[in-house]
Amino acid sequence: MLCERCKKQQATVHLTEIIHNEKRERHLCEDCAREEGVALKAQINLHDVLSGMLEAHEAAGEEAGLTCPDCGMTYGEFRSQGRLGCPHDYEMFAEPLHEVLEKVHGGTEHLGKMPKRAGADQREQRELMQLRRDLQDAVQREAYEEAARLRDLIQEKESGG
Amino acid sequence: MNLEQIITSPSPWLKPGGPHGDIVLSTRVRLARNAAGRPFLARMDPDQQQEFEQFLKEAVGKATHPDALMWFDLQDLSEIDRQCLLERHLVSREHAAAEGPRGVAVSPDQHVAIMTNEEDHLRLQVYAAGLQLENTWTEADGLDDRIEAHVTYAFSPKLGYLTACPTNVGTGMRASVMLHLPALVLTRQIEKVFNAVARMRLAVRGIYGEGTQAVGDIYQISNQASLGRSEQDILDNLAAVIPQIIDYEQQARHVLVGESPAALDDRLYRSWALLNHARIISSEETLTLLSAVRLGVHLGRIDGVEIGAVNELFLMTRRGHIQRIRGAELGESERDQARADYIRQRLASNG
Repeated sequence: MLCERCKKQQATVHLTEIIHNEKRERHLCEDCAREEGVALKAQINLHDVLSGMLEAHEAAGEEAGLTCPDCGMTYGEFRSQGRLGCPHDYEMFAEPLHEVLEKVHGGTEHLGKMPKRAGADQREQRELMQLRRDLQDAVQREAYEEAARLRDLIQEKESGG
Repeated sequence: MNLEQIITSPSPWLKPGGPHGDIVLSTRVRLARNAAGRPFLARMDPDQQQEFEQFLKEAVGKATHPDALMWFDLQDLSEIDRQCLLERHLVSREHAAAEGPRGVAVSPDQHVAIMTNEEDHLRLQVYAAGLQLENTWTEADGLDDRIEAHVTYAFSPKLGYLTACPTNVGTGMRASVMLHLPALVLTRQIEKVFNAVARMRLAVRGIYGEGTQAVGDIYQISNQASLGRSEQDILDNLAAVIPQIIDYEQQARHVLVGESPAALDDRLYRSWALLNHARIISSEETLTLLSAVRLGVHLGRIDGVEIGAVNELFLMTRRGHIQRIRGAELGESERDQARADYIRQRLASNG
């Protein structure tokens, strides 16, 4: 949910206000909440913790400019929004994210469940995303034969795992 | 089965009789999953999201029995209906408020809910009454396996299941236990619980998740870390901590009864009287009073009401449900009247 005040950042502060006997719910991002003088005590949640860490993590200018070729997300955008754009971002932003993950989770290595099917490896996953972008492009150009071919290819890859 | 039936039937997480049901309302396991080779939601345009919603619906449909789930397209639902699903914990606050193609699949008994196109592509949730960490996980795990046969998940051997927010990466699991801790609040011991829990990398939240205040003395305790430990580790950690909190709450209840039974009864019966006779009542006041009555019933000090009815009122008196029951959009003051009427009727019919 976006902040109802700036309509740019994720709303992480959810308030109930009572004004003239009418109750009103408000959903603000941390910045707007602070500007409106809302006390943030007892409103702490994971995303606040995360954005706090992201702010504390003084990424160099070059890190903020890191851009994912697949989804176009920059590390700077991620820092302000708190959400990644695609799975490949984890590789693209691996270095600055490492410290964040360490702080949030206290660990950086997956020790849990693995998908039963081998699953597509990272390279194949990116290939799929590229194919899907090509498909969209083909549809926009009204290149329907190409689109049909791409669609079949995507379906084949997706169901084949 | 339609939305009407869902909204008028009891939620599994409020059914009495679960393990440690006097203190633990429910257990939930949530798994966040994303499909490989697709952007996360923030980077999808509405057309892509529409096509993908269809894909997810088909994939989940193939993975489950045809009668196992009912689908709701959140775009088709009124704000009140979305609010009701939120109050039932079938969708998240974000999912209820978002825009664009998105849905939720709910099992007829409401103990399974699968959100599609939430912050993550898929959010699988399994609920059980009382404290049932292992069972709940086993069921969520099995559901996940069946869906995985039809959706290739975004997964990295190093980081696990890849999620839109790095706070969920790894297992993608959030296991949470909802507890009713009125005696710890009354005896002012609750802060100690928070401090102890924080040291165990667990998070405490109010009844409606992130950023919500604890009303009605109801707290959700869940794992904070999802990476760097296995699902079993996460469950074991909770399984070690929760019984201590239960024990602590039980001790506080004994203290309340032992030290000043008259003062306790006064408090419980004043709450009971207000619920039975109020003509205008806010949702917050309702939860506060219900909390005291629930404590009174479990301590055997208030009789003449089934615990199931008390639990049910925790849900049916919420903003969305009270409007759904009345079948109309109501303003704040109309709601407060409708709520008081509903509570009186419900308690009277329970004898």
